[in-house]
Amino acid sequence: MSKDELFLLDFGLSPFCIRVRIALAEKGLQYKGQEEDLFGGKSELLQKSNPIYEKVPVLLHNGKPILESTNIVYYIDETFASPPLLPACSYGRSRARFWADFIDKKVFDGGAAIWRSKGDELELAKNEFIDILKKLEGALGDKDYLGGEKFGFLDIVLIGSSSWFPTYERIGGFKIEDECPKIGAWIKRCKGRESVAKTLPEPHKVCELVGMLRKMHGIE
Amino acid sequence: MAKSASVQLLGSWASPFSNRVQLALKLKSVEYELVEEAFYVSKSDRLVKANPVYQKIPVLIHDEKPVCESLVIVEYIDEAWTGKGPSILPSDPYERAIARFWAGYIDEKLETASGDEEKFAVVGKVLEGFALLEEAFAKCSKGKAFFGGDEVGYLDIALGCFLGWVKVAEIIGGGKLLDESKFPGLAGWAERFLSHDVAKDILPDALKILEFFGKVQAARAAATTAAE
Repeated sequence: MSKDELFLLDFGLSPFCIRVRIALAEKGLQYKGQEEDLFGGKSELLQKSNPIYEKVPVLLHNGKPILESTNIVYYIDETFASPPLLPACSYGRSRARFWADFIDKKVFDGGAAIWRSKGDELELAKNEFIDILKKLEGALGDKDYLGGEKFGFLDIVLIGSSSWFPTYERIGGFKIEDECPKIGAWIKRCKGRESVAKTLPEPHKVCELVGMLRKMHGIE
Repeated sequence: MAKSASVQLLGSWASPFSNRVQLALKLKSVEYELVEEAFYVSKSDRLVKANPVYQKIPVLIHDEKPVCESLVIVEYIDEAWTGKGPSILPSDPYERAIARFWAGYIDEKLETASGDEEKFAVVGKVLEGFALLEEAFAKCSKGKAFFGGDEVGYLDIALGCFLGWVKVAEIIGGGKLLDESKFPGLAGWAERFLSHDVAKDILPDALKILEFFGKVQAARAAATTAAE
């Protein structure tokens, strides 16, 4: 009987890697991992597994690489059935995929626009970011979770970014719980979940990383 | 009539993203109404209501519920009409992951290439893409006719919708992009895909696209003049 070997090429603070770690935790899956040094030198295994992008996360399942965090979460859900992360009905799944794609396109880059800028550009970036969160607030509506009554796929896709929000708030001079109170409440609700609480990094570590990146980019 | 009215596609014969959806619907033999949107001039109220986030085509409206983003729509079609016609995505989760990865690569490559004003840079990116897709074709097809194997599948749809546009680029630029001496696998696949029953009535040919381009430029120029 072959045993499932799961190996994760990881970077603790990456919201994309956090997604995968939460998904694995939700499924109760055992795995090994290695932290990649994205600034010092990427491992040979990473370069070999993801030659086009050389990016984390990469999940190796019995040696076979799966790339792109959202794809990895789909893969985990399709390969290890219980508990299901995506909704059962095809329309619900299409909504989940649509919003996951939106989050992928907008949230991380929207946040990066904040820490990469100052002055007028910063003000613009802040407003655009709040706008992105407002759209997600629309998707949330009055539900407890993005997926509905239960924590699921879409919550997993977004919650990883929340560890970066305090940094964006500090640099941009705004508070998410004031601008988007439902998203603020949703973040608190998700953090009450064990898989999330154990996986999310401390926000001050993200602050330190972003501080370093800003120096590297000559912003501060 | 009620049967076809329950599936509507807000799209356009001229949009490759819309073509993706049409190809998927054809594969599944789903009857639908194509509502042609003049997307190059303005956004209709109907489109804005159906896709408030992006206000873009294509949008599939199934029993009055909208689905947006071409690849999301293709997966939806595969699931909503499971058992009707061939499967669009592979059944094996690992093969699905590979298909999704390459579809994502194609869209990401397109976005970065279309952001380039400089023709040389665009051509460079397209050729780079073809080199990698040539390898992907070999791995995915495993010696068979299509990325999906014996039958047209997800990745065939994701990439095949651009073949007319590749020809347009070749006509405008005056150079062979999908060169069979450099990309034999892809070139062979392109010919087979374009002559496949699913594709031949849906994908516009290069000359029709070129004519469309002219029309778009004229319409945009007229709109600018009217606004001044």
